[in-house]
Amino acid sequence: MYVAVKGGERAIEAAHDWLADERRGARDVPELSVAQIREQMALAVNRVMAEGSLYDPDLAALAIKQARGDLIEAIFLIRAYRTTLPRFGASRPVETGAMRCERRISATFKDAPGGQVLGPTFDYTHRLLDFALAAEGEEHVSAPEAPARAGDVPHVAGFLGREGLIQGEPTVDDVPPDLTRQPMDLPANRALRLQALARGDEGFLLGLAYSTQRGYARNHAFVGELRIGAVAVEMEIPELGFAIELGEVVLTECETVNQFTGSKTEPPQFTRGYGLVFGQTERKAIAMALVDRALRWRELGEEDQGAPAQDEEFVLMHCDNIQATGFLEHIKLPHYVDFQSELELVRKLRREAGEGREAAE
Amino acid sequence: MSDYNFAYLDEQTKRMIRRAILKALAIPGYQVPFASREMPMPYGWGTGGVQVTAACLTPEDRLKVIDQGADDTTNAVSIRKFFERTAGVATTEETARASLIQTRHRIPETPLTEDQILVYQVPIPEPLRFLEPRETETRKMHALEEYGLVHVKLYEDISRHGAISTAYAYPVKVEGRYVMDPSPIPKFDNPKLSDCPAIQLFGAGREQRIYALPPWTEVVSLDFEDHPFEASKADAPCALCGSETSYLDEVIVDDAGGRMFVCSDTDHCRARRAAGHVGAEGAPFEEAGA
Repeated sequence: MYVAVKGGERAIEAAHDWLADERRGARDVPELSVAQIREQMALAVNRVMAEGSLYDPDLAALAIKQARGDLIEAIFLIRAYRTTLPRFGASRPVETGAMRCERRISATFKDAPGGQVLGPTFDYTHRLLDFALAAEGEEHVSAPEAPARAGDVPHVAGFLGREGLIQGEPTVDDVPPDLTRQPMDLPANRALRLQALARGDEGFLLGLAYSTQRGYARNHAFVGELRIGAVAVEMEIPELGFAIELGEVVLTECETVNQFTGSKTEPPQFTRGYGLVFGQTERKAIAMALVDRALRWRELGEEDQGAPAQDEEFVLMHCDNIQATGFLEHIKLPHYVDFQSELELVRKLRREAGEGREAAE
Repeated sequence: MSDYNFAYLDEQTKRMIRRAILKALAIPGYQVPFASREMPMPYGWGTGGVQVTAACLTPEDRLKVIDQGADDTTNAVSIRKFFERTAGVATTEETARASLIQTRHRIPETPLTEDQILVYQVPIPEPLRFLEPRETETRKMHALEEYGLVHVKLYEDISRHGAISTAYAYPVKVEGRYVMDPSPIPKFDNPKLSDCPAIQLFGAGREQRIYALPPWTEVVSLDFEDHPFEASKADAPCALCGSETSYLDEVIVDDAGGRMFVCSDTDHCRARRAAGHVGAEGAPFEEAGA
């Protein structure tokens, strides 16, 4: 006698309780606070804000805590929360030229107005485990301070632009499409591509960007400029007739200077790729700029090499880690109905093949 | 969950989805792009179906959710609870009592009626996707009614295996125009798609597509004159209720690989046992909780 298994509901609840228990870990270890994550795991918080498309360090830190440090799960929590928020308007474009830079480097010029500012970077650290950090009671660390530079820091590309050495980007007044409010429509324009890349998976973009460096649509990128810092977010208030400042966000902006193109009719000129990401996320911003540049092949009259990074549909349809992880992991769900139909079919085909062999003998 | 709107989505979003549904109903089998939202469950786990259900639900509705034909599979439980919490609607496991049924991979055995809506969860809405990976191309193929590739695929199956080797998500043609993916239902269910009195809606969240079959739409499974379409199932009766006509799941019951076949549609099986039918290995029916 057989009684079908029931109790999915109870099993789910028990699994959730177990998850909560595991999240807390050993009770003799103090619980992490959201503020600790926000302050001491800031780069994880930045990634969650960037790919979650929501600038809120406290919520991102909470999501990381709830997700047990699984950043894609944390990004998912933020995205799901974000969709429920009302949308009351759009800000004015942020002015990155007026950024309060805490890091600003150029690989193309030894020095430029605004200077080379290293900022809080891992570059040039020796990757040796610092066992002092494992000991309790870290000594108070302090960094020397210099007076802040007054005034705006001009973009490096602007100096090249003045001589006509780098291709100008046309200013357009079109309202950029919003991929969270309209279905993706291909072919996409550059604004839509950049939007998708800005929230795309860091690992995926890193791999694609790396592939361009290794020859799959190589485009010879120099980091013309990388800057990280706070910019003001302003919004026009129709009732007031002028813009007011809503607050500040920290952004990473990367502009690459790429191989010049030239033809019989056009003199050689540098071109650029662009990356702009929430928070201090420079690996992502550089990768984004390289992929952006690779995707511009058609517009710049380059050859289609059939490389993955040149393929707009391939890149845009697969860069979102929340879509990717959901679909990947859904194969854990029951598929017995489909599997059963395949089972019947394979049995039938094997039976027929067997009969055919017997008949031939 | 009182902070969320009825059925979770805000009214503007529901309006956008309803417009897509209306367009889909007006052009049966055509995939309508819609601005799918991020839902609090993962893509690939029914977000399209959930959004369509959310846009259709009214407080008076009675909802049934099945996955693989069963009401008590984990994801069906999860989605049913989601709507119990966010919409507060009544739920049921009985097909006949439900006004809206969300399903993954099955069509209920009990015939549907004009008062019902069946919402399918769809992973890959594009029937041509595995023949042509590019959306820009497949949209063109649909526009030009260029479906030769599908027939070539089916023909190659026959020349290689002697039979069409598609067992689920078997492509159909709707009202002689659009080739449509019926979602990964077993091909056993395909005949139920046609001339169905209920509204059938298909939601693909990650792929941002909605399509539909209005009531009494003609839906034909693709085939050849000399290799007609055949709805197949395991050649056995249900071990619990003895049904000879329902779609069966195979359950492995011992270490030696012994197996039995039971109805995939748990409500159908329960109803049959309640009516006194007993299969070879079934126990006489007892009310749940007794």
